[in-house]
Amino acid sequence: MTAALRNVSRRDLLKAGTGLVVGIVFAPSLGLAQGTETPAHLPGSLNGNRLLSAWLRVDPNGTVTVFTGKVEFGQGIASALAQVAADELDVGYQRINMVTADTSRTPDEGFTAGSQSIEHSGTAIRFACAEARQILLAAAAVKLGVEAADLTVVDGTIAARGGKHTTYWAVTTDAMLRREATPNLKPKSADEYRLIGQNLARRDLPPKFTGGAAYLQDLRLAGMVHARIGRPPVPRAELVSLDAAALKAMPGVIEVVRDGSFVAVVCEREEQAINARMALRERAVWSRPELPPTLADTFDRPDPELQTQDSVVYEKTAPSASVAVRQIEARYTRAFQLHASIGPSCAVAHSTDGKLTVWTHSQGVFALRGDIARALGVAPASVTCIHMEGAGCYGHNGADDAAFDAALLARAVPGRPVRVQWMRDDEFMWEPFGSAMSVKVRAGLSADGNIVDWQHELWSYPHARRPGGRDGVNLLAAAYLAHPLQPAFPADVPQPNGGSDRNSIPLYDFPNQKILKHYMPDAPLRTSSLRTLGAYANVFAIESLMDETAAAAGADPVEFRLRHLRDERARTVIETAARNSGWQPSALGDGGRGTGSTLRGRGIGFARYKNHACYCAVVAEVEVDPMGGIVRVTRAWSAVDAGLAINPDGIVNQIEGGLIQSASWTLKEAVKIDRSGIQTKSWIDYPILRFSEVPAVEVEVIQRPTEDSLGVGEGAQGPTGAAIANAFAAATGRRLRDIPFMPDRVKAALA
Amino acid sequence: MPTLFTLRVNGTAHSVRALPETPLLYVLRNDLKLNGAKFGCGQAQCGACSVLIDGIEQRSCVYPVSAAGKGSITTIEGLGTAQQPSALQRAFIHEQACQCGYCSSGMIMAAQALLARNPKPSEAEVKQALEGHLCRCGAHNRIVRAVLRASKGALAPKGALA
Repeated sequence: MTAALRNVSRRDLLKAGTGLVVGIVFAPSLGLAQGTETPAHLPGSLNGNRLLSAWLRVDPNGTVTVFTGKVEFGQGIASALAQVAADELDVGYQRINMVTADTSRTPDEGFTAGSQSIEHSGTAIRFACAEARQILLAAAAVKLGVEAADLTVVDGTIAARGGKHTTYWAVTTDAMLRREATPNLKPKSADEYRLIGQNLARRDLPPKFTGGAAYLQDLRLAGMVHARIGRPPVPRAELVSLDAAALKAMPGVIEVVRDGSFVAVVCEREEQAINARMALRERAVWSRPELPPTLADTFDRPDPELQTQDSVVYEKTAPSASVAVRQIEARYTRAFQLHASIGPSCAVAHSTDGKLTVWTHSQGVFALRGDIARALGVAPASVTCIHMEGAGCYGHNGADDAAFDAALLARAVPGRPVRVQWMRDDEFMWEPFGSAMSVKVRAGLSADGNIVDWQHELWSYPHARRPGGRDGVNLLAAAYLAHPLQPAFPADVPQPNGGSDRNSIPLYDFPNQKILKHYMPDAPLRTSSLRTLGAYANVFAIESLMDETAAAAGADPVEFRLRHLRDERARTVIETAARNSGWQPSALGDGGRGTGSTLRGRGIGFARYKNHACYCAVVAEVEVDPMGGIVRVTRAWSAVDAGLAINPDGIVNQIEGGLIQSASWTLKEAVKIDRSGIQTKSWIDYPILRFSEVPAVEVEVIQRPTEDSLGVGEGAQGPTGAAIANAFAAATGRRLRDIPFMPDRVKAALA
Repeated sequence: MPTLFTLRVNGTAHSVRALPETPLLYVLRNDLKLNGAKFGCGQAQCGACSVLIDGIEQRSCVYPVSAAGKGSITTIEGLGTAQQPSALQRAFIHEQACQCGYCSSGMIMAAQALLARNPKPSEAEVKQALEGHLCRCGAHNRIVRAVLRASKGALAPKGALA
């Protein structure tokens, strides 16, 4: 009998019988409440949410409800977590009901961000379900009068030798799991998995492909009204005057809500709200502050002009290393870029009897609740934030801001649920941008062709401005209210995850390294988390300079990387991607002619995301049209090692999707900004990769059943940008160092 | 002035009262409570709102309800259900052809129109038919595979175009 079972009291077991379905009880720090000693560490998010009943409930009707604080946004996490639970409990996948982030029902697991859901929530669910299985078996053993060790479970039916049997559903009680998880419990070992490692179909897809109510946008509450926001024409503008009476006289307008420079229309019908918003835009008079220059305007200027906070991220020295005989140095930049969700942000809020309920596609409902409560001056307990899926978000987009918009408006029309839908230009102009970045890298090459010194210097605006900051309110409308609430100071995400400096420390074995960060918290534009944060630009720079240095050393890019890598798993993904692509060792990569007058080349990029999540290598093949200045990615190969792969096809989908998205960032995407404002307002202003431009992609998942699962959702982003740049260099002998690779830049590089 | 319109949607007639210039999208979503057509841009640029009118793909976010009254409208709800998906929808499920799925309804409607006029499209023809549809998750290759899979399965979508 294991340690876990020893903790189950005799009384608990005797109470086993038909269970009641009850709400879960929260005791997030039960261990602490018992005394001053530090509670034993529990795996994953169990550590902060220690009750088993916080994670699952076994219902007498033959189902299991699993609670996760993580949210589904198209990455398939709800299905993967159900897969983990079903395997550990030995029940069918279809018996699992998932409840995702809801401040009134689920554990608080922070943000669904950083590719950590399998590591955090998957681990918690795995251990909680393993222990629940033991508890249920112990109850069954008492009921059947046999030893628990002699019981087997198939789809929730518990059988003893000799034919006696019962079920989870017959022995479950509501009290059974209302206890703290046990440290050191052992879940199934790799050879016992039935469902983990299988390509189970996602459960959310049939409704999504048939018009089912699958999204927050599909929520229709009785008496619901429709709102649109009248955002300023430019950030920091003030509303000077507005003829609200004229707007209020328009058909269907219920309320024109104005609080300082926040203004919105609330209408009976959606098209009325859209019309009223257009009229609002025509009638509102705003101040017109100029936008100050940004880093993107000063890429070419001397760095000391910038106001920065400087710190050393990492440094190591090896005086015994060989002397560098040659220095290779280059600067790489990245434009401001957008999440550019296909579905603009949306929220529904309902204020009734002093309670506020907000339905949101936020990635962090608990932090959102805290910021909304602070902004409205109410107790957090009076606010409930419930996650519902939106369109893919890829980081901190307008979801939280739309939720706060809805909260403000629900307060203005109490009793009626208010649905706020941002229009396309709202999303493009007002979502937090991915920060422009500048990265200067210098490699010192020894006489024998090895990198002996590596200097990395980066400039960046914030990458983390989500709700939940300590000293402010990180919600867009808050700063525009009559009594404005300022955002929290945007501290950078510390290592080992890193924010602007994410993935700035190369995984290569360079004896001397120094990483210097020039952080610019005082950004002229609102920037926040876009998939991978700083890693995309840092990996682009590192992996580009690796190729530039390999060329200087007369080495093949693949061989040159392997020469500097000891980590076997890193080597394996590079070797696998290269092999699958038919990589031909030569100093220039693939080279060769493409179709017609185009030039063809291949390039490789590699990173281990955050230096502790998945390993990913990407080989990209490009064709360059020198006349048009067009770079096309025609094919790509990726190899990924995410440790134990719960659902390999889910990983393929994430890596392939991330690769294509990164190709789009790299080739096409930049926010248009000038002194008069944000000029990116529609898809015409912000083209993304289309079907005819998308490469064929092959992904190989290296399954490692005995290793911990590693986050995968952002793994392909950095390596892809670099692989494309390196392929371009292989094709043309020239370098593109500024993202995106627009035709004018391509032509300039080839001139 | 709000006017009474009779819309024929998925084979059923519905009466709705709306301003003539109201985009069909809002009538489908709010009056008829159909989820399939999605708001994405409101400018006919992304394809998330696509429906078929007399078998031709139209962007419902800019298509006035007054014009829609003359034709036969098919939304994704008219193809199949989660329990009984059409062959095309089954192919999307088989290929797990999305991440977030927000663009899927529009993609499927465009593919439905393509397969009706060209039952055996080449890969290039599928891509061409979907070129005006945006996907941000990068599921393009899966979507193309799903349409080709459906085309190889002697497509006769259940409950499809009336």
